[in-house]
This record gives sequence, structure tokens and C-alpha cells, in this order.
Amino acid sequence: MPLFDRKDKSRYATFTRRTLVMSGGMTAVLCALGGRLYQLQIKDGDLYRTAAEDNRVNERLVAPPRGRILDRFGVELANNRRNYRLLLVAEQLNGNAAQALDTIARVIALSDQQKKRVLRDLAANKKFVPVLVAENLTWDEFALVNQHLPYLPGLQPDVGETRAYPFGPELSHLLGYVAPVSPDDKKKSDGDDPLLDLPGFRIGKRGIEKQYDDAVRGEAGASRVEVNAYGRVIRELSKDPATPGKDVWLTIDRELQHFVDQRLGGESCALVVMDCQTGDVLALSSTPGFDPNLFNVGITQDVWHTLTTDDHKPLINKCLSGAYPPGSTFKPAVALAAVDAGLDNLTVNCTGSYAMGNYTFHCWKKGGHGHVDLKRGIQASCDVFFYETARRLGIDRIAEGTKRLGLGAATGIEIPGEIGGVIPSSAWKLAKYGVPWQQGETLNTGIGQGYVLVTPIQLCTQVARIASGKAVVPRITRVVGNTAEPRAVADPLPFSDKAFALVREGMNAVANEPGGTAYAWRIAQPGFEMAGKTGTAQVRKISKEEHETGVKKNESLPWKLRDHALFIAFAPVTAPRYAAAIVMEHGAVGAHPHVQMVRDILLFAQQRDVLGLRTAYPVSAASADRQASHA
Amino acid sequence: MTTRAYAAARRTLSLVDKLYEINWGLVLLISLIACVGFAMLYSVAGASFSPWAGKQMIFFAVGLVLMIAAALVDIRWWLSIAYPAYGISLILLVVVLAAGHSALGAQRWLTLGPFELQPSELMKIALILALARYLHGLGVEDVSRPLRLLIPIVMIAMPAFLVLKQPNLGTTIILVADGFSLLFLAGLSWWWIAPAFASVATAVPLAWRFLLHDYQKARVMTFLNPESDALGAGWNITQAKIAIGSGGLTGKGYLQGSQSRLNFLPEKHSDFIITNFSEEFGFVGSVALLLLFTIVIGYGVQIAMAARSQFARLVAMGLVLNFFFYILINGAMVMGLIPVVGIPMPLVSYGGTAMLSVMFGFGLLMSVHVHRQVEIPRHSGGII
Repeated sequence: MPLFDRKDKSRYATFTRRTLVMSGGMTAVLCALGGRLYQLQIKDGDLYRTAAEDNRVNERLVAPPRGRILDRFGVELANNRRNYRLLLVAEQLNGNAAQALDTIARVIALSDQQKKRVLRDLAANKKFVPVLVAENLTWDEFALVNQHLPYLPGLQPDVGETRAYPFGPELSHLLGYVAPVSPDDKKKSDGDDPLLDLPGFRIGKRGIEKQYDDAVRGEAGASRVEVNAYGRVIRELSKDPATPGKDVWLTIDRELQHFVDQRLGGESCALVVMDCQTGDVLALSSTPGFDPNLFNVGITQDVWHTLTTDDHKPLINKCLSGAYPPGSTFKPAVALAAVDAGLDNLTVNCTGSYAMGNYTFHCWKKGGHGHVDLKRGIQASCDVFFYETARRLGIDRIAEGTKRLGLGAATGIEIPGEIGGVIPSSAWKLAKYGVPWQQGETLNTGIGQGYVLVTPIQLCTQVARIASGKAVVPRITRVVGNTAEPRAVADPLPFSDKAFALVREGMNAVANEPGGTAYAWRIAQPGFEMAGKTGTAQVRKISKEEHETGVKKNESLPWKLRDHALFIAFAPVTAPRYAAAIVMEHGAVGAHPHVQMVRDILLFAQQRDVLGLRTAYPVSAASADRQASHA
Repeated sequence: MTTRAYAAARRTLSLVDKLYEINWGLVLLISLIACVGFAMLYSVAGASFSPWAGKQMIFFAVGLVLMIAAALVDIRWWLSIAYPAYGISLILLVVVLAAGHSALGAQRWLTLGPFELQPSELMKIALILALARYLHGLGVEDVSRPLRLLIPIVMIAMPAFLVLKQPNLGTTIILVADGFSLLFLAGLSWWWIAPAFASVATAVPLAWRFLLHDYQKARVMTFLNPESDALGAGWNITQAKIAIGSGGLTGKGYLQGSQSRLNFLPEKHSDFIITNFSEEFGFVGSVALLLLFTIVIGYGVQIAMAARSQFARLVAMGLVLNFFFYILINGAMVMGLIPVVGIPMPLVSYGGTAMLSVMFGFGLLMSVHVHRQVEIPRHSGGII
């Protein structure tokens, strides 16, 4: 049998032919793969090289240290303290995490809640990501843990930085606090600061911390690290250090502020002390306060509940956000306007009441004051005198004059949350209520009641302006970083010298002459005397019957229904330096505790000679003001 | 005379003769490619022989012995066991579906004592042997007869179906491609081929429209535009392309590939090993490796054409094409030309079973070479 028959030959030929066809096909396909390599590696090589670099390199933000907040003498009011923390790394654990936590809990206290959170965080993160176990440990706790470290595998002691307020609640409303960034904060921030996305980063939420957040925040540094596909850092490639936040220097005197807080005690008060020549705020206190450190660490539900339900409203800065009828503290302002309107010689016979149309307006003194002139009107706070004065002035001149003293409008102090208040005028009422002004309302306005609403910072501005005769504006920051805050030199106010002299004389008589409403609580030390004006703001409506049977004494009313007590003052009388205003909520009792507080505070400020002491600003005050006048 | 002219065919070769006849140049080329594999496995393990490079060397050494052994076995013996081998492989495929060990959601493994057996790897070679034996008994004109054609199609379809059920799409494609390539080489009429191509071309859009589920369509779309889902399903393709592309002309240098070293590459030691090579050695290195593969294929084609029996020729070309399809599918997959189907790069990717099956294939190819003069009567082929 032939081994190669014809059929075999034809298959061989076919096989060879088709093998060559296939070889051609294979060559073509392999060339195509080579072409693809060319496309990826040569043509688009740069593109992919960049992509590989982006893959590999991760920018890590380095948080800057937050700038400090200091008082006028360089005392740190807000700084950064070391935060001793413990971190746990899952992959370094021997055995399970729950056991490890139990072991750690034998060294430092860990609540079940904390343990649960740590276990949850461990489960949610990759094995090499450190999870926070505890923070804000004391040095002793931290040292103890470090001592036991050989028996606590996976535990990493770590020292971070956290905001601290050494004086706790004393400056709470002034400084505000920092807290973690909320989604709302992120939406509101116009810039796209990458720091806001940094886990655990905190920003200013209130007060100076909020107002100067941009300055004290600093700028993020960056550390370029090589990471693998799981995000584990392999090594650091380069590092740009963070730019630390700027220090903010306040005009506050921490010693005076401390004295103020001590003196106000737990009462619901708002008090401002100011340099009446420059507007520098020396103390600003709203009591009770809160501990700003709590907000940084994370406030508990209980504490939050207590703070929000307290009727003394510890979370509200009453100095800026509390609107009160000024009561009789409004009278010096009305008097200033009256003198320049030619009413300086006005004399009124006060019988205890004042009739207008069908209405009778009462003086606070039932029997009346007899013949009263402007000085006596202020000294004895005669309502009838000011009814008559107000009626003659008319509401619009009252509004114009009192507004010049800074009442009824936000002062622009560098603390967020300030409200404006109200100084009514005929146009204001028509616009707001759509009805014309009534003359009876003018009388009420004349004694600081009715529509009038002012804030304690406005009251302090008012008295500073009366004392100095200048349009001072309250300011609380002096230097940010190494730059002085611009401040315009205060212009003289458009009242006559005679008007100022008469009103100051009246206010002097209030405290320093027998018959004055604050005479009993005057400063007796010679050279430190204060001038002032008392005030009471009604909280409840007094009915006609009560007027007839005798107005109830505040002491007999529940706290919530008692009148607010107000007092404005400046000192020393002869060459005014310090201005102060207080509102004591529901504090109108016979002993005038609020007047006593202001007396003690003004005496303390003068004896300490706050304004005479050398400030510690990094820029000299003189050059700061020169800069300002050029600006 | 005729008889004398083909004396070599009947000559029984001694062992030494056979060893001398082994194509040592091809052995050298294969070893060279395997060494590229070792170097890459050493690199992706972060310059370490463990866990991959060391073991791979052992696999290769065992594979080398297996290859030489297979090369020394007479080609006629391989013919005689073609059908039994196919039958056993088919049974094992059924068994693995019923009781196999599942990995990554696919049942592909059988555990036999200390070994893990992948019947689909066996089937690739068994199918080539069985088809070659069947076609050996047919003349050119017989191949295209419908009834004669039905048998090899069933032979291809049965294992293809079983492997697809595992599911292992990559191996299924290779089995089908191998099988039909052999039919083509055996002389299947163009009258069959042309309509088959035409019907596939029309079936694809219809299948897209009516057969594929939405998630399957989504998978295809992700492949077509991986950047649209760069962190999800497109991750592998995107990262592989970045690795290859970032290599540029000359590469980042050995052990300097950031993509693989930093674990951006998926399956960096197995299916995607070649991306690391391209990243570290660039276009120049990649083309050189491609050239090595091409030379191996060229050698194989030459061996096939030099063989005197139809069985040997078909076996040789079947093995060459099998090797080629591996390279094509793996290469196209890592370069983002086709969807990811899970086919390793032969000789380079880590894996014992794949290494042994490839080396065994080369052993058979060498057996064809060693026994190229052996003639086998036609009646030895066919079904009987």
C-alpha cells in the first residue's frame, strides 16, 4: 500500500497553503498588538505617565497651628495645648480588638460606649488606619499608658494639638469656641480651603474665633506621600510646612474681665467697659457663660440640654444680642437733644402725673418731684420732666439726637451676632405698622420705653460719647498678626459744649449729690468719682388699677416678672477715661446691685490704671493709629 | 525505491537519537521567556522570590522534565491515546462541574491528593489530539461532508459547553478557536467557512439586542469606555493601561514599576503580569518579548510543515495556535482591546497547572519534530 496516495498529497498541499494563510494572520495580529503597544507607550505615554504619578502620589494636608488670642497685655486667652491621644492600629493587634480594648481599659478608663465606637471605627477602616481610642488624656494617664505599652500591642500614643481656653467660661461669649466643620460651614465658605475637609479639623463657630477665623486658621501645609492602591503611605516624598495662623490681640484687659466676671457672679447680666476716648473695649461680659473647651472636645447631651434650657440664657451674648428698653438711661440722650433745641431753661412742675388728652402718664415717684429743671430731671430721673421735654422736642428730633449717640443701630464691633435695636421715628412707625405716630408714644419714648430697644454695647457707646464728646466706636481687636487694625480717629459729635456740660452735670449729680438716684452707691474715693444714670426697663404691663392701688414692688414678684435694671456710668468725672454700661435682667431691686457692680468695676479699673499701663501689642499703638489715619 | 526513500520513517530511533533530535533552540527560547516570567514575579513580589518566583521556577523545572519526556514518546502512541485522553478529560469536566472546588465563583478545580487538577487544561490538549486523530483519517473532500463534519463539531461543542458552564469564558473561546482552526487546516471548504462567518456577524447584534441581560451589556460598555467607571468595573483595565502606557519607550527600569509595586495592578502576578513587564521595560522590552513569542510560533509552524503525517501536522499546528490564542487574548486583554476574560500569558504568568500544560504542549510539539519522519497510515485516523 503506497503511503502517500494522491489524497495525501492534496491534503498536504491544502495544509501547507492554509498554514501559510494562518501564519500570515498570526503575524498580522501580533503586529497589531505591537501597534497597540506603540499607541499606549509612545503616542499616549506622557498621558499615562501623569496618570501613574497621580496614582502614586497623594497630597496630605498638614494642619497649621491656630493663632492665639491675646489680651492687651499679652495674656493668652485662647491657645493650643497638647492633646495626648491613643490610637489603635488593627493590623498590629495580637488577637481580637475587643480583648485588646479590655486590656487597655485596665490602664485607663474606657466607657462601654467608647469601646463600641472604637470597634465600629476599626471595622469601618482599613487594617492599617489608626483609630482614635481616647483623647485629651492627662499627662499622668498618658505616662501610665506609655509605661504599659509593651503589654498593649497595636496601641499608639500620639500627641496632637487642640484649642484651649485657659480661663474657661470667663471669656466665653467674647472668644466663642471652635468645633468640627459642619456641612453647612462647607457650603457657606466662599473659598475652597482644603483644610475644611481635613478630618477632625475645627473652625471658629462664635465670637472672635469666628470673626477672625480666616486669620487665625493659617494655611495648610502639604506633605506629598507615596501611597499604594489601598491608600497605605509608603514614604514621604516632600513636605511644605503649614503657615501658622496669626495671633489676634484684643483690647481686653484680662484682669479687669476677671474682676467683672467675679463681680457679676451668677446673675443674668450684660456688662461692657470701654475706653471712652478711643472706644477700646476693656471688658465685655455676658453672664452666665459656658465653658468653650466643652465644645471643642465634644459637648455631651446633658450639658447641652442644661445650657439651652437655662432661663439665664448662658449661650446668648446679651451684650450684643440682647435688646432691652433703655428706660431712664435714655434720658441723658434726650436731654442732649433738648439743650440744642433750646430747651435748656425748661422747668416743669412734677405732681407725679402728666395728663395728655384722655390719658394720664405717671412719674415713677408717686408724690412727684415738684419744680424740676434739666439737671434735677436727670439727677432724680423725673419722668414728668421728660414727658414735657419729649413732647416739645417731638419724636423725630429725639430719634435724630439719640441715634447720634450710637443707639438703635449695630455698632459694628468685631464679634458676630450683633443686633441693631430700635429707635422709633414717625417715618419708622408708618413704614413698619402703616399707621401714623401718636403723641402719647413720644412721651413713652422720652423715658426710654415703648418701641425703643437698645443693646448693652450701644448703651456703653452712648455713655462713652456723652463723656468724651466724640463719636467713638467700640473696637475690640487691635492687632492681627503684625498689622494694626485700621481705626479712624473719633470726630467730635455735633452737640454743643453747653449741652454736654449740662448733661454731664446732671449725671454727676445722679451719683455725687444728695438726691441723686445712685448717690447711695457712689465712688467715695476722691479722684475716682463716677457720673452715671440709672434705669429700669419694665418687663410686664402695669394696669390702671395697680397704679391706683400702688405699683407692686419688684421684690414681691417672681424673678421672671421683675424689671430689668440698667446703669450707665463714666469715670473719673473730671477727665473721663472709662465708660461702663450694665443690664441686669430682672434685677430691679431696692439695693441696686447693678449700680454697686459698676461702682466696684469702675473703681477697680481706675485703681489698676488699665489705660495707663503699657500694652504689649507687637506694633506700637501710636504707629497703629498713624497707619489708621493714613488709611 | 519508494520504500527506501522513506526508510527514516520506519527507523526506530534510539533514546540518544531522540535526545539529539530534540529542538534545543526552541527549548532555549522557551526557557528565555520563562526567565522573563521569573524576573517579573520577583519584581511584583517587591524584589522577593516568595511567594511566586521561587515556586514558578520549580513549576518550570518540572515542566521541562515533562516536556522532554513527552518529546521522547513516539508520536504514534500519542495518536493511540488521543480518544481515551479526550474521553477521560470530558468525564473529568463533568465531575468538576458536579463536585469541583470553587474559586472566585467558578468551579474549575479538582483536588487529587496534594494536587489540584484543572480538567479544562487537559481538555485543550486532548481536544487537539482527538481532532487531529479524527481528521487524520479524512481526505480533503471528506472534511466538508456534513455527516463527517458533524462529529468534530460535537467533539468541540461538548467540552466547550461544559467549560462555559464553569463558567470559564476564556478557555471556552480558546477551545472553540483551536477546534475550528484545525478544521480549517484540514481543508474545510470555504463554502462552510464563509456562511459561518456571516451568520456570526449577524448574530452578534441580534444577541446584543435580545439575549444579553442589562448587567452583561453594562459590562461590555464598561470595557468599551473603562474611564466612565474608573473606580468600579473599569478599574482593572484603566490601571493596566496606565501601567503599560507609563512605561514609555524604555520603561521605568527593573523593579521600578510603581503601578505594580504599589498594588494598583489587579492580578499582578497572574493574568496581568505582562503589564508590569511593559511598565518596567517599556516599548522596547515589550516588542522584544513579542518578537520572542513570534519566533517560538515560527518554529512551531516550521515543525508542523516538516512533519510527514497529517496527525502530526495538525497536532503541531493545533498546539502552536493554542499558544498563539493565549498570547493574543491575554495581550489584547491587558492592553484594553478586549474585555477581561481571565487567560494567563503562557510561560510568564504565575501558575503551576498553566505552566505544566503549556510545557506539555511544547513536549508534544517536540515529539512531532523528533518523529517528523514517521508516517502513519490513514486508516489509523477516523473514528474507528
